[in-house]
Amino acid sequence: MSDKKPERREFLFTASYAVGAVGVGAVVWPLIDQMNPDASVKALASTEVDVSTMEPGKSITVLWRGKPVFIKRRTSEEIAEARAVKMEDLKDPQKDEDRAKNPEWLVMVGVCTHLGCVPLNDKGDYNGWFCPCHGSHYDTSGRIRKGPAPTNMEIPKYEFVNSNTIKIG
Amino acid sequence: MSDHEYTPKSKFGKWFNDRLPLLSLASHLTDYPTPKNLNYWWTFGGILTFCLITQIVTGLTLAMHYIAHADMAFESVEHIMRDVNYGWLIRYIHANGASMFFLAVYIHIFRSLFYGSYKSPREIIWILGIIIYLLMMAAAFMGYVLPWGQMSFWGATVITNLFSAIPLVGEGIVNWLWGGYSVDNPTLTRFFTLHYLIPFLILGLVVLHIWALHVPGNNNPVGIDIKKPSKDTVPFHPYIVIKDGFALLMFMIVFAFFVFYTPNILGHADNYIEANPLVTPAHIVPEWYLLPFYAILRSVPDKLLGVIAMLSAILILAALPWLDTSKIRSAVFRPLYKQFYWILVADVLILGYVGAMPAEGLYLLIARVATGYYFIHFLVVLPILGFKEKTMPLPLSITEPVLGGSPMASAVKKKESLN
Repeated sequence: MSDKKPERREFLFTASYAVGAVGVGAVVWPLIDQMNPDASVKALASTEVDVSTMEPGKSITVLWRGKPVFIKRRTSEEIAEARAVKMEDLKDPQKDEDRAKNPEWLVMVGVCTHLGCVPLNDKGDYNGWFCPCHGSHYDTSGRIRKGPAPTNMEIPKYEFVNSNTIKIG
Repeated sequence: MSDHEYTPKSKFGKWFNDRLPLLSLASHLTDYPTPKNLNYWWTFGGILTFCLITQIVTGLTLAMHYIAHADMAFESVEHIMRDVNYGWLIRYIHANGASMFFLAVYIHIFRSLFYGSYKSPREIIWILGIIIYLLMMAAAFMGYVLPWGQMSFWGATVITNLFSAIPLVGEGIVNWLWGGYSVDNPTLTRFFTLHYLIPFLILGLVVLHIWALHVPGNNNPVGIDIKKPSKDTVPFHPYIVIKDGFALLMFMIVFAFFVFYTPNILGHADNYIEANPLVTPAHIVPEWYLLPFYAILRSVPDKLLGVIAMLSAILILAALPWLDTSKIRSAVFRPLYKQFYWILVADVLILGYVGAMPAEGLYLLIARVATGYYFIHFLVVLPILGFKEKTMPLPLSITEPVLGGSPMASAVKKKESLN
């Protein structure tokens, strides 16, 4: 090749590689995306739960998107305890008022934010939940207080359809 | 590859070999010159090949009866255990075979660490070995998920959640791995597919591993190069074949002991309870061969840093040929390295022990000290030792210590002077 005009050929090389890369990407993407949650999994996005028989202090666990969701009807002591906590004592500061719109009802994804185990109810140093896997303690608002978990247990999107039914999702 | 040219005797053999030199390859493999001072720690390459073949054969037969579906997997494994002819035997060989595979690979790795087999010119063999080891861990983890017991399910949940530690994209990656919002049927079917694939990837890498080995030839207990031409070597067949065969028989006795007398001792009773996404077992423990890394993960109080520490503990091994600055391969001639080597062995065993214990109190403290030391060994001790250590004189050839009855040249010389 002469030294005079390499630009034209280099442009052709670069253009060919670029078109090739786009083509490979277009073929690979469906192969990668097929692993993402499919339509049938996404279709199970909401669950309705009848909570009419729950007494204060009682907690139930329901399955939503394959994950456990804790629904707890809290006692007045538990609510008071959650609301008395100072923000500076929290690893992931969040007011109890923001976590439980109706203070009596705490609805949260029952998955430890560390590595995904299901914490145990009425256990741990803060009278809330305790994760047996790696020792994270949560308070009566489901907020992380001690242990390796980085954040509070997640509050899913939910609403009261009527006074007896909660719709999660 | 071979030092000599091979010509098949028969006319057909010659015709075939000219077109596809398989007979030349077979000749290279049988005549392959092997250092004559190799000890029994060198027999684990053959043992590991046996383990891989065993896992592939038993795995194939299990796959004929196993059903990869969240509603049926657990039952199909019980069906294999109770109804399928010799199903119990095949499954116990496969399940214990995984442990035997790791037992052999750990001996193989620590053999390399002691005799400096990872050093120039064998870095590529070593790195291929680390990749095989990583794939083995992936295959073992996914295989453990397939019976869909409680440990399967929660082990899968905890390990896949490690990826959620990645900032920003972590959750998206985890949902992609799961094919949903939790470990469920899509996760099981893809794990089965990958569990089936990985052994064949390992097989391909093993071919490369052996190919790369046959370029410089084996390292040996004194760690010096073979002189060519010399009487330092013996042909692979029959000398090494018979030695490897004997070691394999001994290994199979241990293997058979586990399969026939304590087939469940290395597993967890919780895995005979079907997976339940609402209840986590009280004490989640990975299989014994992953415990040291699990201890490292738990010893770091921060989620992301814990995951990084655990991955680094494995990946740091790939950099070992460059972290170890000593030109002397074998620990036999490195009095200080030899001591640090045994401290590292103890350190890894301690990590394995505390990995099985609850992460609290004294155990957590020990785990933290042991984790710190693990990294100090590779990042501080090894680089410095290469410059500071006063090594012992090397023998002139590997034949010299063999004839003198001691691997140390100085000792041989002393004996000679006494005479």
